[in-house]
Amino acid sequence: MIELLSLSPPGWGGNLLRGLMNSLQIALGAYGLGLLIGLAGAYGKLYGGPILRDLLAVYTTVVRAVPELVLILILYYVGTDLINKASEAMGYGTVEISGVAAGIAVLGVVQGAYSTEILRGAIKAIPIGQIEAARAFGMPPLLLLRRVTIPAMMAFAIPGLANLWLIATKDTALLAVVGFSELTLETRQAASSTRAYFTFFLAAGALYLMVTLLSGRVFARLEVWARRGQPSLRKAGG
Amino acid sequence: MATAAMTTRPAQASAADEAIRVEDLHKSFGKLEVLKGVSLTAKKGDVVAIIGGSGSGKSTCLRCINFLETPSSGRIIIGGEEIVLRPDGTPANRRQIERVRSRLGMVFQAFNLWTHRTLIENVTEVPVHVLGVPKAEAHDRAMALLERVGLAEKANVYPSFLSGGQQQRAAIARALAIEPSVMLFDEPTSALDPELVGEVLTVIRDLAAEGRTMILVTHEMNFAREVSDHVIYLYEGRIEEEGPPDQVFGAPRSDRLKQFLKTVA
Repeated sequence: MIELLSLSPPGWGGNLLRGLMNSLQIALGAYGLGLLIGLAGAYGKLYGGPILRDLLAVYTTVVRAVPELVLILILYYVGTDLINKASEAMGYGTVEISGVAAGIAVLGVVQGAYSTEILRGAIKAIPIGQIEAARAFGMPPLLLLRRVTIPAMMAFAIPGLANLWLIATKDTALLAVVGFSELTLETRQAASSTRAYFTFFLAAGALYLMVTLLSGRVFARLEVWARRGQPSLRKAGG
Repeated sequence: MATAAMTTRPAQASAADEAIRVEDLHKSFGKLEVLKGVSLTAKKGDVVAIIGGSGSGKSTCLRCINFLETPSSGRIIIGGEEIVLRPDGTPANRRQIERVRSRLGMVFQAFNLWTHRTLIENVTEVPVHVLGVPKAEAHDRAMALLERVGLAEKANVYPSFLSGGQQQRAAIARALAIEPSVMLFDEPTSALDPELVGEVLTVIRDLAAEGRTMILVTHEMNFAREVSDHVIYLYEGRIEEEGPPDQVFGAPRSDRLKQFLKTVA
């Protein structure tokens, strides 16, 4: 069993770790893209005109309604097809779309819908007076976003965003269906080549668990930092 | 509404010593007309107190001056600079509003300190990030201001851990840090426990004594009488009576004002 998991061939440990790195790369990219989409989406829903709000409502509803696996298949195949058609039409011929970029884009769109709602709720939870004070002292909109809205909403957003990150790490497994060699696909290949299904899937499970435990620590620290100005709930009593 | 067409007219040159001039201010929320033509002038160094019952429009009037509320119509001239308005009353030039706002020191009823920043960070925030004051200089000035309002030893504490009176004094320091041409107070003691009102009034009294221009919306009648040069009594969105404090409080002419002073005394 140890030989099977060793990092250099004939062991498959290296493949698993490479898969993990690919998974993390996509999860990080998709999470970051999702946060950007989410921030823009939340702002659009809160401050945008009626047409923008309707469009965003369609986006968040559809993306959150359709199973992620289906969305990934649709976005991946339709997306690459459209890009190829467009590039052919412009005379460039077909383009090779990198699996990482496609994975980040597809999962990012999914993540964006969820973070739109998390961030919208968090922004609404900021006491309105704090935004008003910033406006009253002449802060331009982008400065206000950076110095007041984002740091003030963090306290309310972190728990939801931590959930979303864990979902992102696990959603990368779905990219196996489009042949992207992330951790789950690497594991399946290792397992079917060696017939050691139990060993490899247990190892993969342990890797996912490790990611979750580490992430939990990071987010716990982030939450303490984000709530630095708030009195502790524990002291206030239940 | 007819005034909107004239809003681009430059302010008169005679207004050099005027800190704030408001002409025929109207404000409606939907069908409810809250301000029905309010005009006021504050010369440099004046303390103007606005009093009135709940719903009289006094807070709305103050909030219109720095455009936290958008006036429905009227002219607002701050330090000789007229705010350019669109016909619907909204400011035509966001940068002008931001520039003007950064000269008006607003103090809110609910303090509205930024809870994710310590007191000193609250006080340096606008000078450093809006006005471009170097960090070290802003920090020194902020410490001096916190000292002045008696909070120097709380400089690194977050606002939520302080009493309302302390938070409001810090909020006054934050407003002073921008070196405002006018201080705007929106019922600064209304959210405070009675025993904390005095410490905030003491700070405001000092500011009046040093000749700061202030517009003060308040429920503290004795205080208004003591510190102000001019008192405006608003009733249902109109100026019912105005004048020097001794006249308004000592010899009110309008029956409504007499009635009002009786109920708040």
